[in-house]
Amino acid sequence: METITLTIDGRTITAAPGQSILEVAEANGIRIPTLCHLEGLSDVGACRLCIVEVAGQLVPSCTTQAVDGADIKTQTDTIKVHRRMILELLFAEGNHVCSFCASSGGCELQDLACELEMHSVTVPYSYPRNRIDATHPWFLIDRDRCVLCGRCVRTCAEVEGAHTWGFAERGSSARVITDLAADWGEAESCTSCGKCVEVCPTGAIVLKGASNAEMRKDSDLVARLTERRDHE
Amino acid sequence: MVDEKLNRLNRILKDYSDAPGPLVQVLHRAQEVYGYLPADVQLRIADRLEIPRSTVHGVVSFYSFFRTEPRGEHMISICTGTACHVKGAERIVDMIQEALGILPGETSEDGRFTLQDVRCIGACGLAPVMMIDEDVYGKLDRKKVEATLDLYRNA
Ligand code: SF4
Ligand code: SF4
Ligand code: FES
Ligand code: FES
Repeated sequence: METITLTIDGRTITAAPGQSILEVAEANGIRIPTLCHLEGLSDVGACRLCIVEVAGQLVPSCTTQAVDGADIKTQTDTIKVHRRMILELLFAEGNHVCSFCASSGGCELQDLACELEMHSVTVPYSYPRNRIDATHPWFLIDRDRCVLCGRCVRTCAEVEGAHTWGFAERGSSARVITDLAADWGEAESCTSCGKCVEVCPTGAIVLKGASNAEMRKDSDLVARLTERRDHE
Repeated sequence: MVDEKLNRLNRILKDYSDAPGPLVQVLHRAQEVYGYLPADVQLRIADRLEIPRSTVHGVVSFYSFFRTEPRGEHMISICTGTACHVKGAERIVDMIQEALGILPGETSEDGRFTLQDVRCIGACGLAPVMMIDEDVYGKLDRKKVEATLDLYRNA
């Protein structure tokens, strides 16, 4: 079998070609923080938290192929500064008030803040005004918590095949929508499968009735489902 | 009653049904027919082209060229480019708002005017500048704004 050899953080690693840097790192027990990546879904490089250094350049490891001879660093000071700034911007862009969030304690954004040692947000908060949509009988979306990772969009399209979620607008007005941006409860394409609830990394999409810190997600669901599909 | 616009839309959809990546083209042509892209038109396009509704709306809302609200008879474009900004474009926006009760992006109740802001229309020497439809009006002040609006109000 053809293999490639590369270096990650000084370690020499052999891998099969055609994998992303992130895949190779994970297979070798090297932790790279991620947010928009989810096993079982396509990678889009939306959040940039998984950046690594290759030949002095910062690249997202989830969408960059590992190539033979590459010298990759995952933990330099530059990387750390940028990861933390990206995270701060994510916090500043929404209204992440954890003390009122159903997902507090089970939130990937919160976990990343701890992991990356983000002690405070040093950029001004933008306090956007977002609408909560609680028109679906079982689920709701609180866009104050949305980090635009697109996991709901890709799960609904790639795994459920319903294509209910999409992105609308751009820049600071960008948001996720259901169907033609009408209420979720009116979205004819939604099968109410609940997968988007499980994969949303924050408290943006949650079960109705979950109160503060009660919501726990099962984001491995997608990996399990796609794996079973591959075995068919 | 024959819905002439709907017939045209259906023809467009038929013309493009086999074309690769037809969405933006179809939206363009549909907007020519309707003047804007209301939800039922987006829905028909999505379902006929077999493109997810959320994708169609994503494209419509991404490009500022596409409108989801009807447009007034006359389009007032106020320039808020650098030169016009320095020369007080903000005040011109206020004056128009006072006169017509609309903010950029809105259409007056009588359907006469839609207001939008644009960045530099290449007439910086005349700043502050606005366009109504295809005509440029420069060196604006209160008197000039009022006189210009009157031209279109009474027309
Ligand atoms: S419940 Fe299922 S079908 Fe409905 S939006 Fe979520 S993932 Fe898509
Ligand atoms: S709703 Fe959740 S899963 Fe969807 S884009 Fe926002 S944060 Fe990501
Ligand atoms: S995890 Fe790679 S860009 Fe988000
Ligand atoms: S800035 Fe207004 S015309 Fe150039």
